[in-house]
Parts: sequence; structure tokens; C-alpha cells
Amino acid sequence: MSARFGLGRWLLPTYTALALVFLLIPIAYTFVFSFNDSIKSNISWRGFTLDNWTNVCNAQDVCEAFGNSILIGVVATVIATTLGTMIAIALVRFRFRFRSGISLLLFLPMATPEVVLGAGLAAEFLGAGVQKGIGTIIIAHTMFCISFVVVTVKARVSSLDPALEEAGRDLYGSGPQVFWRITFPLLLPGIVAAALLSFALSFDDFIITNFNSGAATTFPKFIYIAAARGIPAEANVIASAVFLIAIALVVISQVSAAARRRRLAATT
Amino acid sequence: MATGGFAESGADLELVGIRKEFPGFTAIESLDLTIPAGSFFALLGPSGCGKTTTLRLVAGLEEVTSGRILIGGKDVTATKPYQRPVDTVFQSYALFPHMSILENVAFGLRRRKIADATGKAHEALRLVELDHLAGRKPAQLSGGQQQRVALARAIVNRPALLLLDEPLGALDLKLRRQMQLELKSVQSEVGLTFLHVTHDQEEAMTMADTVAVMNRGRIEQLGAPAVLYELPRTVFVANFLGQSNLFTGNVVGSTSTSITVDVGGTPIVVPTARSHRHSGTVTVGVRPEKLQLAFDAPTATSALNILGPGRVVDVSFSGVSTQYLIAVPGIGTIVLFAQNMVVGPVATEGAEVWVSWQVEHGFGLEDTAEEESRFPADTDTAALATQSEALLAELGEG
Amino acid sequence: MAFSAFATTTQAVQAPKRTSRVALLLLLPGILYLALFFLVPLVALVITSLQAPAEFGDIGQFQNAFRWENYATVIGQYGAQILRSFFYAVLATVFALLFSYPLAYFIGVKARKWPLLQNLMLVMVIAPFFISFLLRTLAWKQLLSDESFVVTGLKALSLLAPDAHITGTPVAVVFGLTYNFIPFMTLPLYAALERLDTRYLEAGSDLYSTPFTTFRTVTVPLSMPGIVSGVLLTFIPAAGDYVNASREFLGGTGTTMIGNVIESNFLVSLNYPAAASLSIILMAVILVLVTAYVRRSGTEDLL
Repeated sequence: MSARFGLGRWLLPTYTALALVFLLIPIAYTFVFSFNDSIKSNISWRGFTLDNWTNVCNAQDVCEAFGNSILIGVVATVIATTLGTMIAIALVRFRFRFRSGISLLLFLPMATPEVVLGAGLAAEFLGAGVQKGIGTIIIAHTMFCISFVVVTVKARVSSLDPALEEAGRDLYGSGPQVFWRITFPLLLPGIVAAALLSFALSFDDFIITNFNSGAATTFPKFIYIAAARGIPAEANVIASAVFLIAIALVVISQVSAAARRRRLAATT
Repeated sequence: MATGGFAESGADLELVGIRKEFPGFTAIESLDLTIPAGSFFALLGPSGCGKTTTLRLVAGLEEVTSGRILIGGKDVTATKPYQRPVDTVFQSYALFPHMSILENVAFGLRRRKIADATGKAHEALRLVELDHLAGRKPAQLSGGQQQRVALARAIVNRPALLLLDEPLGALDLKLRRQMQLELKSVQSEVGLTFLHVTHDQEEAMTMADTVAVMNRGRIEQLGAPAVLYELPRTVFVANFLGQSNLFTGNVVGSTSTSITVDVGGTPIVVPTARSHRHSGTVTVGVRPEKLQLAFDAPTATSALNILGPGRVVDVSFSGVSTQYLIAVPGIGTIVLFAQNMVVGPVATEGAEVWVSWQVEHGFGLEDTAEEESRFPADTDTAALATQSEALLAELGEG
Repeated sequence: MAFSAFATTTQAVQAPKRTSRVALLLLLPGILYLALFFLVPLVALVITSLQAPAEFGDIGQFQNAFRWENYATVIGQYGAQILRSFFYAVLATVFALLFSYPLAYFIGVKARKWPLLQNLMLVMVIAPFFISFLLRTLAWKQLLSDESFVVTGLKALSLLAPDAHITGTPVAVVFGLTYNFIPFMTLPLYAALERLDTRYLEAGSDLYSTPFTTFRTVTVPLSMPGIVSGVLLTFIPAAGDYVNASREFLGGTGTTMIGNVIESNFLVSLNYPAAASLSIILMAVILVLVTAYVRRSGTEDLL
């Protein structure tokens, strides 16, 4: 707005640049050490190699844990996204009793520390005599993802102009037709965002998993156990690869959204 | 901090050789302007003409590229907005959504550590008749009430200069007319200098003592509203301030009191005193309400300009008056307003008519119509977009 | 993103609401799921927390009872760890707020003119989410180890005593907690500041406020919803975290937090009632603190 002295003008941008670099330091470290020619523990730099990348599954348990994480992530995401989307639509589009009670039930899992969620489920499984394994991990992950799905999709439903659905009904669409041809396509970006978020939450979860995994391992659990004796460089490879894929997805979605905006701007 | 305490009366504002460039375009080319203390001054122009930029420069919200700004004779060009004895009624009102009405009004006083801020704020709220709502939040007020709070928040500080940035733009027509009167009475009551920016010509003319018409970063004409209307100097002013019938032709004769312009074979006489040019190609004009409609050719006299016969091509009835469009061969289409003295329009579409007006009502312009298109290709959109994207951002729901 | 979880949501145009059986069908599966796997576990925790060791039972075998003294026992035994957890969490939250506010302000307000840069910076803020939480914590463990150039450098500059360490100390744990939850703080702050109407700042400036006063009286109050969300999203997971404080990561013997105690009691020593009563205590304290904080900051409607 107004004039500023030389120092003030540069202070904030400089701080921002340094802060962002700081945030990225551990990522750079993990990435660099995925190329380390390590023997057992990947702590000191011993020279550059591509072996870890080309033979990821040499450390067999890393790959198995990674596979479990993907499986759990996909199944939990599908269930949580379905249940969460249904709740979100109901919350915005319908009137019913116990509304505030339901909102509280959805909010509480997000406000509860993970260690309590994990211990609670574990206590329930213990009491019911359920054998812990991949199944119980999926149950746990679905539980904490639902609330996040509801929040994400609800925002999208609220921003949806109800007149669009009314127009659909006005143009002779039946209830299900209006939903599948109008509401659902318009909600899809929100649902996709919610699904990606669920997957990311599930994939990186350790605290809740640790309480409910029994003998099964996931990628984070593998790292936790291995931390005592040294992490194989293959774990860095997997983490780096996941990071690169996630960043690529973000960049692609941003670029395509920008391109869409430009096309839209060009046509109007 | 701010200079001095309360201004006893308004101070004059002087802009000297102001130039303002934004990346990619020049918003104000060169502006010299003096606004006398205590006056109600309106800057009128289409969006993108530089009027809002001028106001923001005076408030200190933008920095000038070159030139000087003086308030009450003191050079404030290099000072920050919070150091200037200037307050603004923003177009969006910009009432702080997290504060009560009273806190909003007392805000400036508190910053300047002026004694009895609460009492003075109540007083200002009484002036705009909103003291009973002092405890409310801005979101709980109607648009008109918010506008009055914004006014109270500004005048409570007794600024040497009060800036009004299209403050009535968001209100509906009826409320706008009412607020115009209120603003005017508040101004005469407090005696401050008001600089009012608007694109509404009727608003500018009703409220201001002096109106400056701005276009493309320059002031086209400045004067009392009636003078501007009766005697526009440029094609832009003639068309922007009300409507005009403009005719361009060569000067074919002149006496000591008048010039005669040949327009498509018809002579049109304009008083010399009312024309800015007296030879060569000249654009002359007359206001639509000054025209007379006749079904028979009027008797030619030296005091009358007569066009016709022409044909009525459109009639639109608007209650108080009726607007006729009359196509005159060789001249073009003429707009004519007639008071509805009888029931309904007097002429119907297709009727053959003559148009006449008193010579003394015509005017001659400085520039010619060919230089300007009907819709000036202004830099509106680019200007506004670049000026400040943030400005255009919608108000958060707060 | 998840960070809108605590943020105020603008209620756009509302549909004409209908009460119908469809609503019930949409709600029922998800609500039942949460009842079964969120509410019942809480009840299970309460029941477990009151259990007594089974007569003639092995380690890890308990029977239902009403042993309220379980709570007194764990408070007596782990009072230090409980206090330490909240102390660390408060410190991490304050540091994360101080770190994030200028960052979020630059991205959300100053960088508006350059949407591409704005997006790039946002991606950089959330980038840590895309790499394993445990691995990035281990990366800091290596970067702050005794042989690392950070520590040797600090020692060379005499900023650190020659025999001092960073890893294993409270400093490292609070650092780790701060680092790991910074994005949870930055994103809601960004969301609030991005919507900040700069015309209010101009109005403040016009009304005789210096930039600092405008910041204090206009910017901070207007970004309060973001501050509240960020504080909650940082404080809650930080208080319950047990990775950073673990000895294999950034902690040491003297940095044990309540999460570590719950984990070891539940998974190692199989003392379920102790773990359960500690969990209930943690949850109760957090709910009380959160409610009080939200009340105080006057943003109740945001839940």
C-alpha cells in the first residue's frame, strides 16, 4: 500500500524464502540418502548409487509393508469416501432432528488425539476378542477418515447452487437421474479431493495403526520398528518416490486447473 | 502520528502536476487541481478515468509517480495515509466487521489519543441518527445504515478533507437520492471540504458546488454543475453529462454575435460567445429538452434553428416526458425530450415533423465529434484490474 | 483440505430442506460406523480404565470392576509426564504460530498479485505431508546428531557447550513437534489471511493507524478463526504425540510424554487399565482446554 523502507520491503519475502527452505530440509535429506551406498543402517554418507532405486525390493519387508499400506489405504479410502459423502449430502440438503448431535459426533474424532483413538479401538478389539491384523487397521483408518471426508465434501455441497438441481427436476429428471447426472458430477471434484486426503491420511498414519496392527506391518510401522536398528535406504527410496508422485499429482492438477481457467477466460 | 487535532474547518487541496503510472498504463497523465476550503467538489467520470486513483493518491493509499499534493498549503506528498488529515468514506464502507458500530466510529479518535473518544463517537452517530444502533455489528445493519456509519466514522475525526469514493454506489435509487440530501446537509453543518468521486452525473450535479469531469486521466472541464450542463466544452462532456444532439460542419458565415455552420446543407446558428471555435470544422450541439416538435414547418426567424422535415422513428414514454427519435435526411437521428403536457405522446411513429430550437440554446465545442467514438475505448478494465486486484476482492463474509 | 476442518464454512445458498427417509438412509451407515468404532471404543476405554487385575490371572488379564483408584495411581505415577506433554504441546503451538503467521501472511496477502508463486509456496508448505512423518523426524535426528554440522558448527561458535547434545533433549522434542505440525498451523492461517480484505487495512491506515497498530487491531482479529483452527490442529496432535519424544527419534529418557506412557503400558507392559485411564485423562484435559480456548477467543460458532 504505502511506501516502505528498504529493509521492511525485503524482510518478509526473505523470511518466507528461508522458512520454506527450512520446511523442505528433511525432504531433501531423505531424498539424498535414498542414493546412499549404505550397508545396513543409512546414517553416514558412503557414496552415490542407484542400486536402492533399481532394486527396491531387495529389502523384502519394506516392499511388503509398502504393499500393505497401499491396500489398506485404498480399501479405507473407498469405504470412508462413500460413507462420508452420503453424510455430507444429508447434512446440507436435508432437515432432521439430532443435527447438532451428529455434527458433534463428526467433529469429535478430529479433536481427539490419535493415541486415544488408537487405544480405544484396541481396547474394544481386546474386549471383543478380535484378532488384530490388516482388517482392524482398515477399520481404524476408515473411522478417522470419515470426518475429514464429510468436511471436504460438505464444503462442495454447500457451494452448489440448489437451483441447478431444481432446474434438473424442472426439466423432467427423476430423483436418481438428477442425482447421477447433475449433483454427482458437480460434487466429483470435492469427492476426489476427499478421497486423496483420506488416502494420504491412511498411508502416513502410524500412531493409530501401531495400536491395532497386531503382527501386520505397514510402511510407517516398518520404519518405526527399523528406527532402532537402522533404516534401509530402500525405505528412503519408497518415501521419495511417493513424495515425487504426490507432488506430480498436485502440479498436474494445478496446471490443468490454470489451463481450464485460461480457456474459460478466453471464451468469455 | 496524525498532524494536529481537530480541523476547525476544511482546508484546501492542491494537486500540482500529478502523474500516476501503473505497470503497463498511465492512470493520470498530468493533473492540476485546486479545491477551495469548505467546498463540495465532485470528480465525475466513467470507470477507469482516473478519478478513484486521484482520490487514493490524496488519501495516501497510492504513491504519485510525480507531482505534489498540498493540503492546507502543507506538502503531504511523502507522508503516509495515517499521517494525513484526510478521511475516506470507502465505496465498500470497509467497516471493521469485528468491531461494534461505536468502536468503528471511535477507532480513529482512539488512534490519535483524543480525549472522550466514546462521547465524540456517540455525537457523530447522533448526527447520522444511528446512535441507537451503537452496540450492533456492521453486518446487522442495512446498506444505507452502513453508509451512514462509514460517514460518521470519517467525519468524527474532523478531517481537513473528506474523501468520498462512490459512497452511494451500492444503494438503491430511492435511498441514494435520500442519502445525497443527507450528505449535503451534513457537509454544510460540519463545514468540511468534501471531495466526492462518482460516475453518476445526476449525483454529482445535485450535490457538488463544483464538478470536474474526468476522462482518460485528464480533467476535461471544471465548473458549477449548471455551467457544465448548459455550456459543455468537449464532446465527451456533452455526452457524459446528460445527452446532446451534436452536428459537425464547416463555418460558412459569422457576425459579431454568431457563427453559422453548414450541416449537411442546413445552416445552424450558434452564438459566438457560446462557441469555443469560430472557424473551420466545428461541432455544435443542443440539449434534447431544448428542442421543439412541430407538425408544420415553423416560420423561419433569425432566432430559430430549424431542421426538417424528418420522420419519427421511435417514441418512448417515460412518465414525466417522452423521448422521440427523429431521422432527418442529411443530418442524422435527433433525440428530443418533450414534457407530457397532454395525455400520452403527441406524435406517433412515422409522423412527419420539424425540429427547432432557439439559437441562444446551442453551443459549440472545442473538439469535433469525429475524434471521439460514441463509446470511448477507454482503458477501464485493464486499469481497474491492475490498479489493485485486492481492491476488487469481494468483502469477506466477516 | 483437512485444515478447513476447524475453519468457518460459508453457508452458501441453502436448498429448500426436506425431511425424508432418504436422509436417514444417507446418514445411517456412516453414523452407525462412527458409533461402533468411535463411541463404543470410548466406552471401552472407560470400562477398561476401571478394571482390576484378574484373580490368579497372568499379566495382561483383567476383569471388570470400579477401581477408581486407577486414576489416582496413574496421576501419581505419571503426573510429570502428563504436565510435560501439555507444556511441550503449548511450546510447540506457540513456536508454530510465530513461525507460520508471517509465512501465511506473505503467501495469503502479499503474494496475491502472483497466483502462480502463491500456489508454488503453498505446495512447498504442504510438501512435508507427502513424505513419511517418521522419516522426516528421523531426518532431523540425523541432522541434529552429535556428528552433524549443525551441532559441530554451534559448538565451534561456542553457542553450545562442548559436551552438549541436541537429540535426546527437550529442545529436540519441542523442535520436532513444532516442525511436524507447522503445516497444520500455516494452512488455516493462510485460509483466513487469504480472505482478508485489504480494504480494511486501508481503512485502518486512513484512520490514523500505524502499520503495527493496524496489524494489532485489524489484521489479527480478522484472522482469529485461522489462529484458533491452527492452534487446535497443532495443539491436539502435539499433546498426544509419542513419536517425537520417543528415544528412537528425537527424545531421551527425560522427555517421555503421555503418549509414550500410554503406548508402553498398552503395547509393552500390557497394563491396559493404566493406559486407558491415561487416555481418558488426556482426552478430558484436551476437551476442557479446547472448550475454554474456543469460548475465550469468541469463535464458538466455528465448531
